[in-house]
Amino acid sequence: MTTMTKPSFVYVTYIATTPEKLWQALVDTDVARRYWVGAKGPAHVNVSDWKPGSRWEHQRVDDARTVDIVGTVVESTPPRRLILTWARPKDADDDSKHSRVTFDIEPQDDGVIRLTVTHADLEGDAPMLAGISSGWPMILSNLKTFLETGRAFPQSPSETK
Amino acid sequence: MFKALADPSRRRLLDLLHRENGQTLTALCAHLDMTRQAVTQHLQLLQDANLVAIVWHGREKLHYLNPVPLFAIYERWIEKFERNRLGVLRDLKRTLENDDDDKA
Repeated sequence: MTTMTKPSFVYVTYIATTPEKLWQALVDTDVARRYWVGAKGPAHVNVSDWKPGSRWEHQRVDDARTVDIVGTVVESTPPRRLILTWARPKDADDDSKHSRVTFDIEPQDDGVIRLTVTHADLEGDAPMLAGISSGWPMILSNLKTFLETGRAFPQSPSETK
Repeated sequence: MFKALADPSRRRLLDLLHRENGQTLTALCAHLDMTRQAVTQHLQLLQDANLVAIVWHGREKLHYLNPVPLFAIYERWIEKFERNRLGVLRDLKRTLENDDDDKA
């Protein structure tokens, strides 16, 4: 797993927070549900024990806890680096269909951290590429607002109760 | 960020990265009628504005379009206030232009 193709996307955002709070925002479902909200539909949370080799699930916060993305925890070094594989649930057992997401958390001067999200091995999966390229900027923008202001994001009313 | 976007060469660089993300300086220079040094300076300004992110891939320095600050502007200035009205104007423009096409 050390070799890596050229990343498909790289997203960088600077957030006035601590590495610990940012880490918690990624892995703690009580925090993620407050900002991991897309343009439509319910919030999502990431569920795992976050040990290397463990499975993780990207779940909708609905009654069924619908799983939209699954993968394996590749590296978990709190509060600095999290590497996950990323696949549709039907491709869970087919490693060739897993792409790879890396979260790098680097403290800067003045109480700001730099979060870099790198998504690699997405070549040839046009629908996933499209979903990701519209999804990550929104989620990272929400994450920044949430950590800096505490403002939570409302879910789409039609899909929540 | 607006200063970074104000220059046509820098907007062209962002367009090139939008078309193909993750390019080296050499690859970008091939599309531009500018000195390598000028391209480097433009890229540095875009990097300072967080519109371009750098990733080292082996020995290659790759430049990526970072859309996160652009999304924040979209959200701040377009989505909240103007989306519906802009949508109506766009539809109106489309309808009127299609009418013209029909007449011609």
